[in-house]
Amino acid sequence: MNDKYETHEHDVIIIGAGGAGLRAAIECSASGLKTALICKSLLGKAHTVMAEGGIAAALANVDSQDGWQTHFQDTIFGGKYLNNWRMAELHAREAPERVRELERWGAVFDRTPEGKILQRAFGGHTYKRLAHVGDRTGLELIRTLQDKGIHQGIDVYMECTITRLLKDGERVCGAFGYWRETGRFVVFKAKAVVLATGGLGRCYKITSNSWEGTGDGHALGFEAGAELLDMEFVQFHPTGMVWPPGVQGLLVTEAVRGEGGMLRNNKGERFMEKYDPKRMELSTRDVVARAIYTEVKEGRGSPHGGCFLDISHRGAEYVKKKLPSMYHQFKELADVDITREPMEVGPTCHYAMGGLKVAAETGATRVPGLFAAGECTGGMNGANRLGGNSLSDLVVFGRRAGLGAAEYAKTASAPKVDAAAIESAAGEMTGFFGRSGAEDPYKLHLDLQNTMQSLVGIFREEKDLTAAITKLEEFKQRAQNVGVVEGQRMFNPGWHLCRDLHNMLICAEAIARAALRRQESRGAHSRLDFPQYDNYWGEHNLLVTKDGRQMKVEACPVVKTAELQPLVDDKKAKEKK
Amino acid sequence: MSTRVFKVWRGDSAGGKFVDYQVDVQEGMVVLDAIHQIQRQHAPDLACRWNCKAAKCGSCSAEINGKPRLMCKTRLDGLPVDQSVNVAPMKSFPLIRDLVTDISWNYTVNKKIPPFTPGADATFLMRQRDVDRVQEFRKCIECFLCQDVCHVLREHDLKPQFFGPRFLVRVASLEMHPMDTLDRLKLLKDEGGVGLCNITKCCTEVCPEEIHITDNAIIPLKERVVDKYYDPLRIVLRVLMGTGQDGGAAEK
Ligand SMILES: Cc1cc2nc3c(=O)[nH]c(=O)nc-3n(C[C@H](O)[C@H](O)[C@H](O)COP(=O)(O)OP(=O)(O)OC[C@H]3O[C@@H](n4cnc5c(N)ncnc54)[C@H](O)[C@@H]3O)c2cc1C
Ligand code: SF4
Ligand code: SF4
Ligand code: FES
Repeated sequence: MNDKYETHEHDVIIIGAGGAGLRAAIECSASGLKTALICKSLLGKAHTVMAEGGIAAALANVDSQDGWQTHFQDTIFGGKYLNNWRMAELHAREAPERVRELERWGAVFDRTPEGKILQRAFGGHTYKRLAHVGDRTGLELIRTLQDKGIHQGIDVYMECTITRLLKDGERVCGAFGYWRETGRFVVFKAKAVVLATGGLGRCYKITSNSWEGTGDGHALGFEAGAELLDMEFVQFHPTGMVWPPGVQGLLVTEAVRGEGGMLRNNKGERFMEKYDPKRMELSTRDVVARAIYTEVKEGRGSPHGGCFLDISHRGAEYVKKKLPSMYHQFKELADVDITREPMEVGPTCHYAMGGLKVAAETGATRVPGLFAAGECTGGMNGANRLGGNSLSDLVVFGRRAGLGAAEYAKTASAPKVDAAAIESAAGEMTGFFGRSGAEDPYKLHLDLQNTMQSLVGIFREEKDLTAAITKLEEFKQRAQNVGVVEGQRMFNPGWHLCRDLHNMLICAEAIARAALRRQESRGAHSRLDFPQYDNYWGEHNLLVTKDGRQMKVEACPVVKTAELQPLVDDKKAKEKK
Repeated sequence: MSTRVFKVWRGDSAGGKFVDYQVDVQEGMVVLDAIHQIQRQHAPDLACRWNCKAAKCGSCSAEINGKPRLMCKTRLDGLPVDQSVNVAPMKSFPLIRDLVTDISWNYTVNKKIPPFTPGADATFLMRQRDVDRVQEFRKCIECFLCQDVCHVLREHDLKPQFFGPRFLVRVASLEMHPMDTLDRLKLLKDEGGVGLCNITKCCTEVCPEEIHITDNAIIPLKERVVDKYYDPLRIVLRVLMGTGQDGGAAEK
């Protein structure tokens, strides 16, 4: 199968059309560059569309004491001081302007009585801080950016999956991919590339992530020579659906707790009193997820292996107005009327704190011409992300990566792509066909998910992590032989999965290796064999890089800024009290 | 565990047929779960779109037992037990393969609609009750089920002359935004073809977001167009709306 392929040339290509990619594309094309936006799904269907609870920004519309300093402090405390301080600062400072900008571009947030943007409480945020639209904030964000973007002359390539970045020496100069619809190949030449591919939740069995969350950007960047940061920190959202089986893992927004929802075990106890009496249900996600897990493990769980979450005391009218999609989700998928009875919920793999290491100001990775933004990057959230801090991250750093890539592209020379690299990328994709006795990609995927779920999950220990790494080596061998026996290249999901597995295996291995190395418990990373904080690890992040055919895991000091030290000290002092 | 027979459309623009698959039924299962099971067990190359599995992204639209619905929101226990489950692609759009259709036309239409344009002095102080209606329209997840069911597109294939209910909703969300300053009525009347809608309300019935497409978006838009461009036509409108000879709903 020696195919011809089409070629497109742009100044900048952006891989991923969630909030981060769209915002980057808008900025890039506004500065006059020929910009392409590429995504695996249709435009407007990226994961961002599913975000529910809100976007965090210290607008101070409801709690007038709020300001960027407090948002910065909350973010760093939530991240257990492993965040890149500069990123957390830029995020807290710029989020309010990005939210107001969304409003000017047509987003319609819920209102305060004075007619301003309404804000709600969320775990780990000192003040009411999340601008929202009921429980469909992500839809509002993506639609607003999409409608802004399409009128700006961005070239959109949808249902197109990138499988490799192309390089010219050290520098990235384009990407190779296939059209989902036809299975034909396509080459993009570009002076700069922005990765905005979102998360990696599909590595786990129980996840709130869609099929797209296979860590493509993490893997593409890693293979091109960029560093992965904080990969051991995988956020398990405390409240996913646990029943019926088909919807296990589906998210139940934290807004339920933000609006007053209470967690109870099968004895009717509000068990958060034991784990975080000060913040209760609105403690940080790592704490609540571990609490629920522990309650279930110790026999105080709900019938389907979760706990109870109850919002019915707020009254039917209020619940339907503020949490309409949760109301429908439970009513239609689980036969539960949440205005009258409690939901059953349990932890679900939700978000990757870890990702490509980037410069805070520009989104640049260490590979020339390669930029990144959104969930596929690391640094902003440290050891644990606060709810609502992702949507704001997308628009703050999406814009910055768009600018960074544009600046770079303006002075970069024309890209040259290497025919041999394209041949090899095409060969990899066609190689999945016609393998006799091929490994079934669906089976391998399930095995991978089960391994990650049971051995690299909420609680970890050395023997499990070592066993996981051994298994992953086995899976990598099996992946050499995955293939599709029947069918052709038009819209063939089995074929697509063969390639996605490659990316998931890279992410899974990076997570497991970093988790083994971090011998302490912090944020989303809990080691049964090292249950305490450790001073050394409190000052260090882990970097995973490609070293020949191996993965190298190294510790490096947390990126701090001297001017922010007083704010950090102040927060530490407050939390000690 | 019980099993059900699924008849799933397999094929492409060159032709195809319904193929039978046995599916093991679990409690609370939706049609999309069954499709995934078929992919895992029998047909790894079965083409379908999905993302959220929670009725939030509008990707998994199909015709289930002949009715346009989201596969992720259609429970098996809500379908007649004594029959097989029939799953076909949306009929109003060109077929790509199996359950996947070419919906690019919708994106072309959206591009024709001038975007939100606030005045330079817009304050963005808006009360909740002034934005309730716009928020209703903005709930749209672009599943295009309303486009699929609307006879103007489905039977008469008048795509070049009619935006379809989804994009009438989109126009309404802009026209009714308190801070917007543009007038899109001429576009609605000419290219948008708002007059082609004869208020059958089929679109409203299939909308998974329960947007009152006809009553809240299309009818008010029709009224605005009529008021501005052809007053005499209000008579026809009244007849169509069944509001009698005189006065009634179209009066402002
Ligand atoms: C159910 C749910 C609710 C959430 N609620 C909230 C919330 O209330 N507040 C909050 O702040 N955060 C929330 N989050 C987190 C937040 O939504 C995500 O972290 C964020 O949307 C990720 O955005 P992104 O732009 O980085 O990527 P995504 O939105 O995931 O988009 C990734 C894009 O990359 C494309 N892509 C991926 N791989 C490739 C490839 N190989 N080739 C081409 N294209 C590719 C995809 O097609 C897609 O367009 C929620 C997450 C979930 C799952
Ligand atoms: S009400 Fe109008 S837009 Fe809706 S289905 Fe009927 S004709 Fe089409
Ligand atoms: S208006 Fe309703 S039916 Fe039509 S596309 Fe939007 S959500 Fe779907
Ligand atoms: S999968 Fe998103 S609406 Fe069905």
